[in-house]
Amino acid sequence: MVRAAAEVAAEVVDPELPMLTLADLGVLRSVETEGDAVVVTITPTYSGCPATAAMRDDLVHRLRREGYDDVRVAIALHPAWTTDWITEGGRRALAAAGISPPGPARTGPVPLTVTPVRRQLTCTRCASSDVELTSEFGPTACTALYRCRSCGEPFEHVKEI
Amino acid sequence: MNDDHDSAYAGLLVDDAHWAFGEAAHDDPLAGMDTSIPAGVDATELASYCLELGDDALVLAHRLSEWCGRAPDLEEDIALSNIALDLLGQARLLLTRAATADPSVVPPLPDGSPVPPEDALAFFRDDHQFRNTNLVELPNGDFAETICRVLVWATYRLALFERLAAHPDGVVRAVAAKGVKELAYHRDFAAQWFVTLARGTEESRRRLHTGLAQVWGYRHQRGEDAVAEAVLAEVLAAAGVAAPDVGPVATSSHTEHLSRMLAEMQVVARAHPRGRW
Ligand SMILES: [Zn+2]
Repeated sequence: MVRAAAEVAAEVVDPELPMLTLADLGVLRSVETEGDAVVVTITPTYSGCPATAAMRDDLVHRLRREGYDDVRVAIALHPAWTTDWITEGGRRALAAAGISPPGPARTGPVPLTVTPVRRQLTCTRCASSDVELTSEFGPTACTALYRCRSCGEPFEHVKEI
Repeated sequence: MNDDHDSAYAGLLVDDAHWAFGEAAHDDPLAGMDTSIPAGVDATELASYCLELGDDALVLAHRLSEWCGRAPDLEEDIALSNIALDLLGQARLLLTRAATADPSVVPPLPDGSPVPPEDALAFFRDDHQFRNTNLVELPNGDFAETICRVLVWATYRLALFERLAAHPDGVVRAVAAKGVKELAYHRDFAAQWFVTLARGTEESRRRLHTGLAQVWGYRHQRGEDAVAEAVLAEVLAAAGVAAPDVGPVATSSHTEHLSRMLAEMQVVARAHPRGRW
């Protein structure tokens, strides 16, 4: 029996944060079938996210393996992706993998911040709230770098966007 | 490791006709989006405007990527590369939009070339065909000058993108709405470094003044903007730095700096317009 296309697509994981499915990340917007054809719509996380092409290939690849030969991946740029779309399950998976999940995204006009951003975070290793920002830009487009002052652990935080 | 990514070749099973120097043509970044021309919009003007905005981002992305492996420390190296990547993404979307609005802007390529339109625009146009401002094509200078350029450019670009939320074209609106979120991080990164350098040593302050004087006159090459000016004034005040006494530099034809930059950026792609892997 052929599994539902939506179910298959929902299992595909993010190439850079493989503890998250594309559904957990909020990137997977819809899966529609039209006869034998499947149209999967995704919203990229960042304008230059290099993982978008890999996501597209992975979706097509996985759906073909399940018997869907005609798969198209559409891009929806509006509304723009926001970290608010990361699911509760996704946030738990991030924390379990040692990555601090994002707080609520800011909305409306963007105020200037000339001092480092302050976030109420806890260390993903020891739960201390005595943490310091190392850099707003981390190893992937969507994370900032932090360090715990209590236990010394460096960790990533998915920054609000 | 999961089974989607356990082989470097797994992704190629979908379509192995990748252009050697960029995304495959089937990775259209606007796939499935409505790219019809809205009523009342002139397609040629829309394409031209998207080239201006796209070229600014492309050229500055390349300049910032020149810091890769050379920044003062690892964190700043990663930060500048991340900013470059965001701008490259904005450029790719805008150049793709230019090509869909007016396909005649795309330079002709040899038969059988797998180069997608946005890469044809990036790699196969000559210097005089680029629409970027002089601000983004100037050489990087030192770290302080780079910070000053990112501050001035991102502040102006952010103010412009906030206004583009009302643009008649849906793709431009979407790129701008997304870009606002990214540019806010770029601007604040530069603003924080600006204040840090101003409060640092005599030498860091001297370099900051020199760098700011280099870029200051170019800041409104895409038009004056009161919102951006107010933000810049706030940053300068926080840093205790006076605005340089430098008059506006009118947009001129490109400098030789752009020609040299493009020569390096384009040479490999141009040597292999049919390159596949
Ligand atoms: Zn800790």
